[in-house]
Amino acid sequence: MKILVPVKRVVDYNVKVRVKSDHSGVELAGVKMAMNPFDEIAVEEAVRLREAGRATEVVAVSCGTSASQETLRAALAMGADRAILVETDVELQPLGVARLLKAVAEREQPQVVICGKQAIDDDANQTGQMLAALLGWPQATFASRMTFGEGVVNVTREIDGGLETLELKLPAVVTADLRLNEPRYATLPNIMKAKKKPLDVVAAGDLGVDIAPRLRQVRHAEPAARKGGVKVADVAELVNKLRNEAKVI
Amino acid sequence: MKTLLIAEHENGRLATATLNTASAAARFGGEIDVLVAGHGCDAAVAQAQAIAGASRVLKVDAAHYAEPLAENLAALVTGIVADGGYRAVLVGATSFGKNLAPRVAALLDVAAVSDVVAVAAPGRYERPIYAGNVMVAVESDQPLDVLTIRSTAFDAAPLGGEAAVQVVAAGPDLGLSRVVGRELSKSERPELGAASIVVSGGRGLGSGENYHRLLDPLADKLGAALGASRAAVDAGFVPNDYQVGQTGKIVAPGLYVAVGISGAIQHLAGMKDSKVIVAINKDPDAPIFQVADYGLVADLFEAVPTLVSSLEAA
Ligand SMILES: Cc1cc2nc3c(=O)[nH]c(=O)nc-3n(C[C@H](O)[C@H](O)[C@H](O)COP(=O)(O)OP(=O)(O)OC[C@H]3O[C@@H](n4cnc5c(N)ncnc54)[C@H](O)[C@@H]3O)c2cc1C
Ligand SMILES: Nc1ncnc2c1ncn2[C@@H]1O[C@H](COP(=O)(O)O)[C@@H](O)[C@H]1O
Repeated sequence: MKILVPVKRVVDYNVKVRVKSDHSGVELAGVKMAMNPFDEIAVEEAVRLREAGRATEVVAVSCGTSASQETLRAALAMGADRAILVETDVELQPLGVARLLKAVAEREQPQVVICGKQAIDDDANQTGQMLAALLGWPQATFASRMTFGEGVVNVTREIDGGLETLELKLPAVVTADLRLNEPRYATLPNIMKAKKKPLDVVAAGDLGVDIAPRLRQVRHAEPAARKGGVKVADVAELVNKLRNEAKVI
Repeated sequence: MKTLLIAEHENGRLATATLNTASAAARFGGEIDVLVAGHGCDAAVAQAQAIAGASRVLKVDAAHYAEPLAENLAALVTGIVADGGYRAVLVGATSFGKNLAPRVAALLDVAAVSDVVAVAAPGRYERPIYAGNVMVAVESDQPLDVLTIRSTAFDAAPLGGEAAVQVVAAGPDLGLSRVVGRELSKSERPELGAASIVVSGGRGLGSGENYHRLLDPLADKLGAALGASRAAVDAGFVPNDYQVGQTGKIVAPGLYVAVGISGAIQHLAGMKDSKVIVAINKDPDAPIFQVADYGLVADLFEAVPTLVSSLEAA
């Protein structure tokens, strides 16, 4: 069984981003980048499945500029077997990414695609569902557990009311939530080994799909900052303020 | 112009998010069709009929909608929209809506807009990105937009309407997935996403036992819903559906009490639109104090019981 894992290069989750002064976007110059945290979880799950003998090959794929090679090397260092960069300078939106991933899935014929549930830059939470739609495959979003059976995968999902377990026919798309696993840190020897693993570069244009953005992001702004409040000395003052000043209790 | 509002319902009850989403649909200014797909869903249909501003309730009743499976629902919605006249498809940005909307959009060959917090006009929306640290104005020239709506940004539509019901034929049963289990948290407390007071606990509570021993009485006193940080959920203090934040639930109650929570940006993303924020933390430099209206630097193991007894005193 082959597993395809789409990984996105995003601003590191510890960075507090700033809007450019002309409001055209977010300041990315000199900002620390990293693999989307949910994609690390997806890679970890795939690698564990291969280590357990369930999967035969783990292929990481990223769509974006050549800088995304770094993200793919990180996936290889975690244990992915090979990587594919779908290279483009075009601004990518989830539908475009899903189209590119569909083309890759058609070439690679994986049994499972494990995406992250959301990219922490655009916070879209769309690509996996769109990919499943385009392929006509079942989907299980927000996965916290995956177990394989004959021709099926059972996925426990984190939903608003608690947990739900779905049985999906394979092939299928799964999107990883935070509690699916705890990703490993790549060791130095594995980082060295990753440099020698195959990383193919495919020009997005060669996949013959329309990736032009459908939405215009016309203005970026920082939300109105909350005014810092006061520190209260003790519980009595807190209760007094809540009753008589804020009038919320 | 028409919009299609996809209703979310369970056990005969409409989700409150559907009412907030109806207010967003009203911003389009046209007719609103409310789709209720289910099996034996008359109670939900009746509630949908009462949504003020709803023009029609499209009722689709079939065994293969007994569970809200994305594959079957997306195929159904695509069929309904193909019949014409819709400018937008809207659904709440709940786990139900987030699961479904992108699948619908891709089948219709359009982009989806997630977590919409403002509809300036049809095709002009606003949404948060980067954990709510940036707001972006989005413009679409698509003939049809698919949106998920953030409940906290729109008031619930009032009830009292009497929309007519139109029975619509079921779509295909694709048989791609099925539900094999469900573990729903049961709670007598208000629903986290819609509560007017939320008490949330973090890693500072130390254990699930402490969490409940300290926070249950406080929530009881305040009539509050209970929430948590990711760290508290990861450590197993409480189930996943308690998580507030960028990747959990978004809340904006009148009062949010954060106990033993440091205030990481991913947590703030889920609660910083609350009207009044109280933080109890022993670390005076905890970032949560930067957003708290009332900050109490104290050991929570002393402060919370004292708070409960002073609320009792009154
Ligand atoms: C991709 C991604 C998504 C994430 N999504 C979310 C999300 O949706 N929601 C979320 O909450 N987090 C999320 N996080 C995690 C987030 O970054 C923080 O790690 C998390 O919020 C920390 O939880 P905490 O405040 O409970 O724990 P900590 O940061 O450990 O804080 C515990 C606090 O308790 C205080 N404390 C300890 N003992 C006491 C005491 N006796 N009395 C008073 N105070 C005490 C400490 O001073 C400290 O401030 C996400 C992270 C990533 C990478
Ligand atoms: N440019 C990309 N390259 C590879 N995978 C991506 C890309 N964008 C999104 N994804 C995948 O889709 C998931 C959800 O992203 P999004 O829909 O943007 O929130 C991510 O966690 C990745 O697994």
